[in-house]
This record gives sequence, structure tokens and C-alpha cells, in this order.
Amino acid sequence: MNAYVGTPTSRIDGRAKVTGAAKYAGEFSADGLVHGFVVEATIPRGRIVRLDATEALKVAGVLEVLTHAHRPPLADKDEAWKDEVAPEGLPFRPLYDDMIKFNGQPIALVVAEEWETAKFAATLVRIDYEQDGFATDLEAERGRASEMDKPHKPRGDAKAALAAAALRHEADYLVPTEHHNPMELYATTTVWEGGGKLTVYDKTQGVQNVQKFLCAVFDKKPEEIRVLSPYVGGAFGSGLRPQYQVVLATLAALALKRSVRVVLTRQQMYGLGYRPMTIEHVALGARPDGTLDAISHEAIAVTSRYEDFSRNDTGWAEQLYKSSNSHFSHKLVDLDVSTPCDMRAPGAASGVCALECAMDELAVALKLDPIELRLKCYSDRDQSEGLPYTSKQLRQCYARGGEAFGWARRNPAPRSMREGKELVGWGMATGVWEALQMPVAVRIVLTANGHAEVSCAASDIGTGTYTIVAQVAADALGLPIENISVRLADSTLPQAPVEGGSWMAASSAHAVLGAAEEIRRELVHLAKAIPGSPLADLDAAAVTLVDGMIAGNGKSGAAVSIPDAMRHSKLERIEKEKLNQFAEDKSHARNTHSAVFAEVKIDEELGVIRVTRVVSAVAAGRILNTKTGRSQIMGGVVWGIGMALHEETVMDHRFGRIMNANIAEYHIPVNADIRDIDVIFVDEPDDRINRLGIKGLGEIGIVGVPAAIANAVYHATGKRIRRFPITLDKLLD
Amino acid sequence: MNNFQYSRAGDVADAIRLLAADPGAKLIAGGTNLIDLMKENVERPSRLIDISRLPLRDIEETADGGLRIGALVPNSDLAYHPLINQRYPLLASAILAGASAQLRNMASVGGNLMQRTRCPYFYDTATPCNKRRPGTGCSALDGLNRNHAILGTSKSCIATNPSDMSVALAALGALVHIAGPMGARSVALTDFHRLPDDKPNLDTILGRSEIITAIELPPHSFPRNYSYLKIRDRLSYAFALVSVAAAIELEGNAISEARLALGGVAHKPWRSMEAEAALRGQAATPDHFGHAADLLLQGATPRAHNGFKIALARRAVVRALIQAASATPQSQAHKKIA
Repeated sequence: MNAYVGTPTSRIDGRAKVTGAAKYAGEFSADGLVHGFVVEATIPRGRIVRLDATEALKVAGVLEVLTHAHRPPLADKDEAWKDEVAPEGLPFRPLYDDMIKFNGQPIALVVAEEWETAKFAATLVRIDYEQDGFATDLEAERGRASEMDKPHKPRGDAKAALAAAALRHEADYLVPTEHHNPMELYATTTVWEGGGKLTVYDKTQGVQNVQKFLCAVFDKKPEEIRVLSPYVGGAFGSGLRPQYQVVLATLAALALKRSVRVVLTRQQMYGLGYRPMTIEHVALGARPDGTLDAISHEAIAVTSRYEDFSRNDTGWAEQLYKSSNSHFSHKLVDLDVSTPCDMRAPGAASGVCALECAMDELAVALKLDPIELRLKCYSDRDQSEGLPYTSKQLRQCYARGGEAFGWARRNPAPRSMREGKELVGWGMATGVWEALQMPVAVRIVLTANGHAEVSCAASDIGTGTYTIVAQVAADALGLPIENISVRLADSTLPQAPVEGGSWMAASSAHAVLGAAEEIRRELVHLAKAIPGSPLADLDAAAVTLVDGMIAGNGKSGAAVSIPDAMRHSKLERIEKEKLNQFAEDKSHARNTHSAVFAEVKIDEELGVIRVTRVVSAVAAGRILNTKTGRSQIMGGVVWGIGMALHEETVMDHRFGRIMNANIAEYHIPVNADIRDIDVIFVDEPDDRINRLGIKGLGEIGIVGVPAAIANAVYHATGKRIRRFPITLDKLLD
Repeated sequence: MNNFQYSRAGDVADAIRLLAADPGAKLIAGGTNLIDLMKENVERPSRLIDISRLPLRDIEETADGGLRIGALVPNSDLAYHPLINQRYPLLASAILAGASAQLRNMASVGGNLMQRTRCPYFYDTATPCNKRRPGTGCSALDGLNRNHAILGTSKSCIATNPSDMSVALAALGALVHIAGPMGARSVALTDFHRLPDDKPNLDTILGRSEIITAIELPPHSFPRNYSYLKIRDRLSYAFALVSVAAAIELEGNAISEARLALGGVAHKPWRSMEAEAALRGQAATPDHFGHAADLLLQGATPRAHNGFKIALARRAVVRALIQAASATPQSQAHKKIA
């Protein structure tokens, strides 16, 4: 049955990607395609008092300059602008009115025959502002923080328990604003089909979300707008919500009744969403033996003035560490910036980073090995709801990761390990994420030649959805994977939510199983209908699809080929569509876990940091594809290294402007920064979570990595850096 | 990006004529910096004069035993040239410490000397910057200045020169050959780049209608005891926080000749004759290296965020001199610091 699931299967879309055959949103064309270039605001807050496009319009090849005062209608009602993952608040509306809400806000779209012409003419648009007072500095505005809904109910009296604790560790950890910087630029090609119909190729993680949003914003009927996003060159959360370029491209197409492409520049992408700067305040109270009596975690994060974006930064300790008293709080400071958005492991990447640094500090204070402390506090239940886990092999992650890393050879004293001029540090941390699953529908069309097309509106954002869908379908239909073709990311295909939260693997796989089961039943019915069928006396449940045959289970050898069964009934195709809804089960908590081990080597005098080894041991149920899964975890580790050492969006608060809005100055790791990364998948059978035991891998790879590195830096140097990223100047005396 | 005219220069004299005829014109060779700046609307040339086909690509030995390097030699070709590798490995090492392989393949030697600062305010046309728009003020002075200059700054500008190659050329005592309407001239590389004083818009002494034709390396080449040590925020593909070009000659353990230049700390590669003189005749010991570093860093003035550079530069100078003295120069391929 499982020829493909669980095996290291190469990407079925790999060839298309490496040969350039895969087309991305900004690569689709159409007759008469024209190009839009965005003009951005250069102040953080105020009003446009004059916007003069006269000179831009004089440039040969310029067709139109759209502004708030000169554009086709946009929806007035706030509800129209709320997409399926919009946070509380009033969503931003590009070119809606004269108000400036953030630096980099799009305020005009210059449309021209050529992109270069539009880009040049954009420099000729003259704008006068009336600037208002503004604030963009989280730390300066910390006092204004207002409490959001509590992530988890408090248990006991954390404040009193902290005050009474034999040992207390309490500190602020600061995670800066970070931007996703996916390789593919944000792009939309809106194709004017005539008759008011539009085909929109958009870089997005959810074509149906964008489709519904555009219909609402432009007052279109569902059949008038089709959205496709067949390939996505990375998104990491930045494409969950419809981005402004899709509104602008579509607005321009409607204005000009022509096909329009809008591609943002790398610099302009810094005007989109980001991981919000967050001050994470963690307090732990413990007994001398390492028993935790109190955990308190408060996050203070940036949001915009118009939406309250918050994620679960705090409360992860409820999943990880036993404590009789706990308190969690999430506060927001609204600033004159655009709204943050999800970014790989939103909430956890920042919050668990702080928690796991704090646990390391506590272990040092208690003179306990960091793993020993975590095992001492190990929680077999999600304490917030008092639930057991569907599965939790975190102990195995510690054991197998530690063994692979050689943790037992660690000298616990800081600055005790060195090689020549370099201090050597070994650190570890725990990772945790949710195992979510969502309703997804899949359609399978089986043809009499034994080929099947599997289709679904879900996106593959580079994670490997095409491939796992094909693997599950091939196994379920008993066909070789070469006989399976997969169509994704077209809003006319069966329903899927945005691809995010690590839920798409389990959700799409079970939808495939559901549709394949419908196909199987039909085939059994057909096979039994053949006169003298060897399956005639078998119960339908005793018949499986295997090796292209409809076959009785066991050794009976009774079988009918798929082509024979279909042709006997003169069927050339069987089409089945099925929406999979997971049965609600609130009896168990569902999480993935990891243990991350990092080695750093730091030049003692110069502070230069090298991350020479990372071992990530992951417990995430059954791994559908160990090849793409391993890549995904490695990517998470690389990003975690960046989060620890490099990534930081820097703003000058006098101007409210991002000053490193490009990937020359916004640093992410380069090849030289990456050495050995060892990914271990810990065996974690889970027959409760879902039929295949799948949990999802999208986020877990990054969680814990920054803390493991920060803890290794402490072990190497004796210096505890709580403001990320850990740049070398912070290590110099 | 603005609209611009394009001309191709037939020869050096033609390039000079074209420059003189159009006050807004700029020369373009590899374009690795100029095109970026044009995309950001920082540079808005009325005309690009393409000099990439001029015959300035030779590397030839001079009568006195030095080398003359044509201004259009690509950075990569220079770094991998046998004569450079054998005789001026400090220069090869510095070039390979900079940018990426792709950029080095495109970038010319002359263009490298002309690359402009990476100060974020210089790049952002929405903020004041005296270098980009004289008289508007310096945003870095009291703004984000973690990677700004500590030496030779002025009230008008605290930008740094981002070149690695120039730091090695400064240490090696290179000459810059220039052609212009008034004929040819040559200046020491250390005099080619300016300090900002009250005219930070001028990076170099190059006249508006002049063109760099060649770099000349003197015979003194320091093939054995040298090191280029670059400290940056990630292990490759980042501009220097501090870099050191160190070259010495030893007689036994005594220093007979010494060169030191710093990158990432000033508006130009930073050399101090006093620091080098202090090394001559001394034993090659960390104490003497530290004393030289102190002399080199004399007058260093930090701003709010770049104070760490003073200590970092001192340590990097000492380390680079130790590497040079022990003939174990910093490898640019292996990121562990020797």
C-alpha cells in the first residue's frame, strides 16, 4: 500500500522548476500586456495634499497614473477588504484615500507600455504631504502597550510563586522586526479576458482567498474572476493575505480594460508584512532541584494603527514544562507602520526563542544540565487544557539529537571549550509547533488508461505539496507515481484554505484519501459487474487498489485490471470530488516537537561567530516524504541561524523609515555561514491524530534554532546576548 | 531610474571629450555599483559613456619592476593573475574578500576605485544626505551609524569607503594614472580618495572630465609576510566593519619594512606613516603591533553606535600583523580566522 508515502521521493515539479518551464505570477503574459510601477509614500503618517502626475503622463508610453483621486471604484465597506486571515481591525486599502498610514505605502500606480518607462515616469510624480506626528519605536512606546486576549488562562498564582521561588530568572529578550524576503518578488499579472472577466496570476499562498477578496473589493461575481498561482517562489507567510499589488494590477486592468502586470521591487517588498519586533519578558521560578513553580511570559509586540495583529508568542511553556503556576500575556503597541503578518512559525519563532534562552539561563543558575532541566520539567500534558498528546516523542528528540551531537561530552562551564583562538560553545533548545488540519476538497479524475489527475485549489509554496499529493494518490490508487498528475492553485479547483500553519500536508493528504476511496468504491462496483468477475463474491471492503489492479486482499489472487473494469462499462473516466472534514476531537493536544543542538566557534578577540554544526531532531508524526521533509527542516535551520545572527530590519525612528530595505544590507545567511546540518526524524507513530499519522513540518524547523545558537554563544563566551541578532560587536568587551 | 543618453567611447581621448561635452555624463564599465545607484535614483546621469571596450585591459611589467594594471581589468582577472598571485598576494586576497564571484567578474579595477559609500542615507533619497545632496545635512551623524567612520570624519559626513581592493592598494603604495583634457597625471592611491571635510559629495580628486587609465604597483610587493583580514557581519558577501591590509618585511625577527592600511573606518583607505615607522626596526611582537595599531587609530572618534570599531580595529591590526609575521595570511576561502 505504501510504495511512496514515507519514502524519499523527488519533487514531481522539480524538472519544471529547474528548466524554467514552471511559470510564476510575474512571468505570465497576454496580448497587449502593460506594466504598472508603484509610487510609494516617503512619510510615515499624514495626508497627501497634492499629487501631480502631469510630467509622468507626458512621458511617451505612459498610459495612466492611478491615484486615490483618479481610479475605478473600490469597495467602501470594511468587510469587503477583510480576507480570510485578516486580523481584527480595518484593513489597509491601497489608493483608497489621501491618508498616509505608513512609509512605503503605495500612493500611485504608473501604467506604461514598458516596465522601464513606468519606473522612470514614477520618479516624475510630484507629491506634497501634510505630515502628522508619528511614532515607530516599540521600545520608546512600550508604556502604551495594551493587553490583547490572554493566550492561555492563568493557572494558580504565578506572581506569588515567583516571589517565593528559591531561584528566579527574569529577563527581557528582544526579537527585532524581520522581513521574509522570499526569492520571488511579489507579482500579479491580471489578464483582461473581455466581457468583464479577469484571470489573475498572483503570487499568493491562497488563490481562493485572493479570489473572494478581489470579488468583494471590485464588486465582481465569483465567475468573473479566476485566480491562479501554480508556482510560488517562497512566501513563508508573506503571501497569506492578498498583497497590495494584486489590487493595483486588477484596478489598472479594470481602468484600462487591458492586461496589466505589477511586479514589486525588492525594496518595495519591505512595505509589506513582517515579523513584528517583540519584547519577550520571561520569568521562571524554580526549586533547587529544577522543579518549576512558576512560569510567566509576557510579549509586547508591534502592530499598525489600523489592525491588531497578534500571534501566540507566549504560552508554549504550557506544552513543554510542568509548572503549577503560570501566567501569559500578549500586549500590542500600535505604531505608524504597516500591519505585521505571519512569518514562518509566527509567535513561536520569537516566543520559544525567549523561553528557551530563559530555560538555559535557569539551568546555569541551578547548575543543571540544560537537557536534565527540561526532562525534570517535561510535561506529558498540555497544561492549558489539561490534555494528553496524540503523541509526543520529545524525549526521543533529546536523546537521539543529543547522541548524534555528542552532548554527553560537553563541559558545562562557559568558556571551558576552545580550539586555538576560538572559543567553542554547545547549546541546545526545544522547539514546538501545532499539528493543525483543515477541511480540504480534492477531485480525482481517473482515466481508463490508468492515469489519474488530482486537483485542488491548495498552493505549493515550495514546500512540496505537488509531490506529497502525488505520493498519497499513487498509493491510494495503486498506481505508479508517474501516472499521477497534480493540478494546484487555481481558484476554480476544489476548496482549500491558504497554505500555512503547517496544516496543508495532513489536510491535503487526507482529502486525497477521501476522493481515492470514492474512486475505489466505484471501481469495485465496476469490477464486480463484469460477468464471471473473480471479485464477485468479495465484500467491497476486502478489495484494494494495487499495482494497477482492483484486487482482493490476501492471497486469493483475485484481480481485475482498472482498464478492464472501466472499459467493460464503457467508461473512459471516473471523476470523484470529496471534501475531507476531520472529526473534531478535543480530547487530545496536537503538537510537533524538536530538540535543536548547535555548535558555535567564536574568535575570542574578534568576536567572529561560526555556526559549525546543528543537529535538529524532529518528532512530527509520520514523515510523508523524507527527502522534501529533510529539505524543509534544513531550510528552517538556516533561517534560524539567520534569526540568531543576522536578520534585523533597521528603522530610523526620526524618519519612520526602514534603512536596510534590500538584501545587501538586510543580512541573511550566505553559504559561507552554513556548515553541517544534521536532520533526524524521530519515529513517532500516531494513530489518533489522523489516518496517516501526519503532523506537518512547515514551521517546526525554525523553532528553537535561534535559542540553541544563543545558548551556544553563552556557553562559548560567558556572554548572554538577549537582543537579537547576535552580532559580533555585542561580544566585544 | 531616469532617462539617459548612451555613447560608446572609441578611445580614451573620445571618452574625455564626451565627458567634457556633457556635465551630467558618467563613465560606465562593469556598472556593478552605478546601475544599482541609478535604480535607486541616487545617480541620475544624463549620459552613460560606455568605456568597456577601451583597450585598458592589460597587465604589464613596468621598467622599474612594478606592474601596470589597465583600468578595465576585471577584478577577478586581477585576483587570479599569476603575477599578482606570485608577487602581490595581498592585493589578490583583498579583492577576493570583496563582493561575490559574479560581481568581481563584472567589476573593473577603475570602477572599484570609484564605488560609492554604502551609507543607508546616501541610498535613500527620502532622507537628507550631504554626499547625495550637498547642504541637506548628514542623517548618519545622529542616526544609525553602526557601520560609519571613526577616522577622518567631518560634521558633514561620516560615510566610509566600501572597497577592499583599495585598502590593499593603499598599503602597497599604488599609483593611479589619470588622463584628462589637460593631459595625463598620476597620484598616489592614498591621495586619490578624499576625506569628506565640507565637500562629501566629492569622493575622489578625479576631475569631472578625467578618466582612470591604470593602476601602477611599485616593485615592493611583500610576497611573503602579508595578510588581508576582513571582519564583517556574516562570513561572506558583506561590507567590512573593519578590514586590515598588513604587509611587512622581516630580517630575522626584526621588521625592516611595514605597511598598514584600514578599511571600513574612514572615507578613504586609512594609512599612517607614523604607525608604519614605529614598526620599522622593531621585533615582530604583539606589543609592537599593538603600539602601531594605537598610532594608526590615533584620533579615532566614535559616534553613538560605532564605538566598537576602535577596539575591533586595534585587535584586527594586531591579528593581521601576527598573521603576516608568521607567513600565515588570512585565507579568504576558509572563514576561520587564522
